Order: sequence, then structure tokens, then C-alpha cells
Amino acid sequence: MKKRGLFHYSAIYSSGINPKGFHPSQLKFYILLLPLAALMLLPIIFIFSNAFKPPDELFAFPPRFFVINPTFKNFSDLFSTMSTSGIPVSRYLFNSIVIALVTILASILVSSTAAYALSKLNFKLKKTIFSVNTIALMFVPIAVTIPRFLIINGLGMIDTFWVHILPALAMPVGLFLLKQFIDVIPNEVIEAARIDGASDFQIYRRIILPLIRPAIATIAILTFQATWNDAGISSLYINKEGLKTFAFYLSTLTATTSTGANTVAGQGIAAAAALILFLPNLIIFILLQSQVMSTMSHSGLKG
Amino acid sequence: MQTSLSQEFELEVPKENKRNSGFQHWLKKEGSAYSMVSMYVILFLIFIAAPVVVAGLLSFTNFDTIQFPRFIGLKNYITLLTQDDIFMKYVLPNTLQFAAIVGPGGYILSFLLAWILAQLPKLPRTIFALILYSPSMTSGVAMAVVWKTLFSGDQTGYLNSFLLGLNIIQEPIQWLQSPQYLMVIMILVTLWSSMGVGFLAMLAGLLDVNPELYEAARIDGIKNRFQEIIYITIPSMRPQMLFGAVMALVSTFQAGAIGVVLSGSNPTPQYAGQLIVNHIEDYGFLRYEMGYAAAVSVVLLIMVLLLDRLAVNLFSSEDYL
Repeated sequence: MKKRGLFHYSAIYSSGINPKGFHPSQLKFYILLLPLAALMLLPIIFIFSNAFKPPDELFAFPPRFFVINPTFKNFSDLFSTMSTSGIPVSRYLFNSIVIALVTILASILVSSTAAYALSKLNFKLKKTIFSVNTIALMFVPIAVTIPRFLIINGLGMIDTFWVHILPALAMPVGLFLLKQFIDVIPNEVIEAARIDGASDFQIYRRIILPLIRPAIATIAILTFQATWNDAGISSLYINKEGLKTFAFYLSTLTATTSTGANTVAGQGIAAAAALILFLPNLIIFILLQSQVMSTMSHSGLKG
Repeated sequence: MQTSLSQEFELEVPKENKRNSGFQHWLKKEGSAYSMVSMYVILFLIFIAAPVVVAGLLSFTNFDTIQFPRFIGLKNYITLLTQDDIFMKYVLPNTLQFAAIVGPGGYILSFLLAWILAQLPKLPRTIFALILYSPSMTSGVAMAVVWKTLFSGDQTGYLNSFLLGLNIIQEPIQWLQSPQYLMVIMILVTLWSSMGVGFLAMLAGLLDVNPELYEAARIDGIKNRFQEIIYITIPSMRPQMLFGAVMALVSTFQAGAIGVVLSGSNPTPQYAGQLIVNHIEDYGFLRYEMGYAAAVSVVLLIMVLLLDRLAVNLFSSEDYL
């Protein structure tokens, strides 16, 4: 009797939502997913394959998708060339790394303090701020490029390091996800600390921060993707070549290769640069994916 | 004089004191909360709220970036609706077509794929989720390299070479320069990268649905998986569905630059891939008609707002089903 019950349960839990193991009923999903995933993966594989192709394979006819004799030549070419304005490529890469790190740290600080206040503290404008932020979730920055440019220009932020960082810190999705995550922390924990004499800042540092690590990891990823991949800020707001980002450098490579001026050398280093630009996104996401998923459980938006 | 002043002074002192203690009381009660939100609020006001307000104000002016903006009332909007042939003939229909396919298409695709993934055990689910999510991690800049090579217009282009080899086409096609293919490629490329944050949120939502609900539904006579999705799954993950819809909406309009990236020119060949976002840039940064560009921005913001209302109505907590 007991045994039958167990068997019955294991059958249920290996089919349906979130099964514990393999079940023949899952086969149809694999048959559907495998070709689709393979097709979607092709451009990603191409980034890898292309970056390691020697020149004769890059321009082979008929073109070959996969690399045959992989080489690091494109990468050494990339770092030995200078941009047209005489800035070494490593400078762009250095800028991108510094900008990404500073923005991630600042974004975590700015969003998590605000999220804690909006979730657990009482003040008059609390509801207003959160609902304005929720409306701003659907803000499309690209739509207001021009007034944004005028404001940044008016603030004298053109050609400064700050223009890379400060606009990226106002991230409605980040604040929203953090606030939803903090909502789940029971109020009793905070009340107990307050009775013990902890101030709001101490509660934030000692209790909230350690508990919201998954949400912080998620904010870090979203901020990283937004800043690391961005070429727009460098092209709109930065005239000094030494302050521009790696993503911007890559965009100049594709622009020159299309005119055919330095096609042969250009395509190899563009392929290498594309891989360097993409790879950190992938690695960071793989490392933090379980944290992201647990944050997303709280992402619900009530209309 | 002296006495009256000191009298006033004496009268004022306790009042001031009282106000002061009120302020101190407020500072003690709400001060730390305000100091914690202030950084975010200031940045939000400068970089999100102010641009929207400025766009609204500039849309009623004529502004060439050199002279001070001159108020011209509704003229920009009237011009947009009555005289901007390119907007009416290409930009608006293109945008509607692009948004109508990419928005709901990407959203439904995200949901269905998330649903399928939720039917698999943890390890394969994680691997497939990573594969499906990875396109949304790529940047337009890095992918420009890939798309330009894959869709290259001569016979050495990968797609041309592949189709020529299969004898499907007889001569190479200028994929990214020809008006009839550019829009299709834009839509496919954007759909390819549409499994983003919203997709992850819906996957997490699917996994969090209480399994007892499904058992109860089976007893109540739910017959197949489709009914299960309609009557159990979607209603119990409505908040995630709404979050996913808002994210799909934003990424659809945010993807507007793709046509210019692919074809390498603004305006795109024969305006085939011209979307509202490109139209704004065309007028703002190429022709320096900032007032007019602002009016187009306002129209775009209103479009996004209306579509968002639609999503909220679909998934709002009240009056559902």
C-alpha cells in the first residue's frame, strides 16, 4: 500500500511542472526545444568561431561557418593596433572595465538604500515615489535622447567620466526588483533589531544587505549589461577619444569595414573584439544565474 | 520700538522652538528614510523625469539648438499629422508593423518557451534557459559584426552562399540594403533576442505556481494542458505576466535602432526599416530640428503609455476572467 503510494507520487513529480527527473512525457518538449535552441545558438557560436579564424578562412569562398585552424592572431592584432586617433585598444577596454565596476557598485548602493526605505520605512512620499517608479518601468530612454542630451549638456557633463555612470544609476527595474525582494523579509526581524537599539542605517547594513544578495547579484548583472555593452553614451556625449568605451571602439570598426577601406585587417579584429565584448556577459550570467532566478520569483507586478 | 521688538521676539521664541522640535521630530522619524531615497530620487528626476518634461515643453517650440526655443503652439504636431509624408507613409506603418509582430510575438514566444522549460527537470531547464537567454545578453554593437557577415550582400555572404548552394536563389541578394528584406530581418533578429528579463520572470513565476492547484483542477475536471494554462497557470502568475508584458513593450521600442545598425545608414534604404526612434534621431541630430523631434518623442511616449494601459487591463488583479 505504502509502496504504491510512493510510486504514484514519483510519477506525478517527474511529469508536469518542475519535475524531479526524466519522464517519457517530456520527450516531446525536447524534440521541440533542441532544434530551436540549436538555431538560436548559431549566431552565438559564430561569434566564437569567427574570432579564431585566420584571414584566409575569414575570406574563404565558399564561406565556412566553423573555424578549421583556430588562431589567436586576431586578438594579438586587436591589441597591437591603434584606433585611427592614436589611442591603444587597451585604453578603451580599461575605460569599459572601470566604468562597469564603478557603476555596478554605485548602482547597488543607490538602489538598495532606496529600495529598503520604500519597502520597510514609513514616510510621507513613500507610495508616490514607488508608483512613479512603477510607471517609469516602461520608460523608453531612447525616446527622449534629445532632451536628455540637452540636460546633460546643460549640466556640463559632456566629456566627463560621470556621464557614463550617473544616468545609468537611475534604473527603475533595479529599484523595483530590489524593493519586491525586500518586501518578503519579515517585519519582525527588523522590529527586533530596532528594539535592540539599531538605527535604520545599521539595520540596512547588518540585516537587509546580507539577506538580499540574490537581488543584488541581479542588479549587478543588469547594470553590467547596460554599461558594458553601451556605445551610445560615448558617441553622443564624449568627444575626447581617451574617455570612450570598448563597445564604442567596436562600433567604429564595423563602420569602417563596411566602406571597404580596411576590410581585410578590420574583419579579423572586429570578430575578436565582438567576442571580448560578449564573453563577460555570458560568464557573469552563468556564475549568478541561480541568484537571478530566485530574484525573478518576486518580480510580479500588480496592475 | 525696542520693547515691541523684544515683545515680538519673546513671543516668537517659543513658537520657533516648537517648530524646531517639530522639525527635529520629523527628522528623527522620517529623516533617515528621506536620506536613503534621496540619491535615487535626485538621479531619477534629472535623467528620467526631467527629459520627459523637457520633451513635452520643447514639442511646442521651434528650436534649432542655437537660438532660444520659440513658442509655436501646436504647429509641430499639426505638421507631423498633416505634412510629414515620410512619417505617415513609412515611419508610422513600419513602427506599427514592427511593434505588432515583435511585441506580442516575442512575449508569447517567451511565455511558451518558459512554459516548456518548466516541464523539464532542473539541469536541462537551466541549460536551455541559458541558451535562450543568451541572445538578449548580446549588444547591438557586437551583433552588427555577426549580422553583417551572415547577411552580407555578395556571394561570399553566409546566407547567400547557403541558398545559392541549395539552388533556392540564382544570384546573391542584398539582404540588408533591399527594402523588401530589411524589415523581415529586423523582426527576426529582434525576436531572436526577445527572451530577456521578462522571460526569466515568467519562468520563475511558472515554477512558483502551487502544484496543489493543478491537482485540484484535475479533480474539478480540467482535461488537458491547454485548459490548465488558461484556467490555472496564467491566472495564478498574473503579476509575472504583467511584468513580462511591460518588459516586452519596452524592449520592442528600445530595439528601434536595429534597422540603422543593420543597414548602416539613417535613413534606412528607401525608409524600409525606418522606425519612430530613427525618425527622432534623424530630425534631432541630423537636421537639428529639436522642437519637431521632441513632438515625435511625445507621440512615441504616449503610444507606449497606451499600450502599457492595455497590458495592465489584461492582467490587472480585478475583473479578471
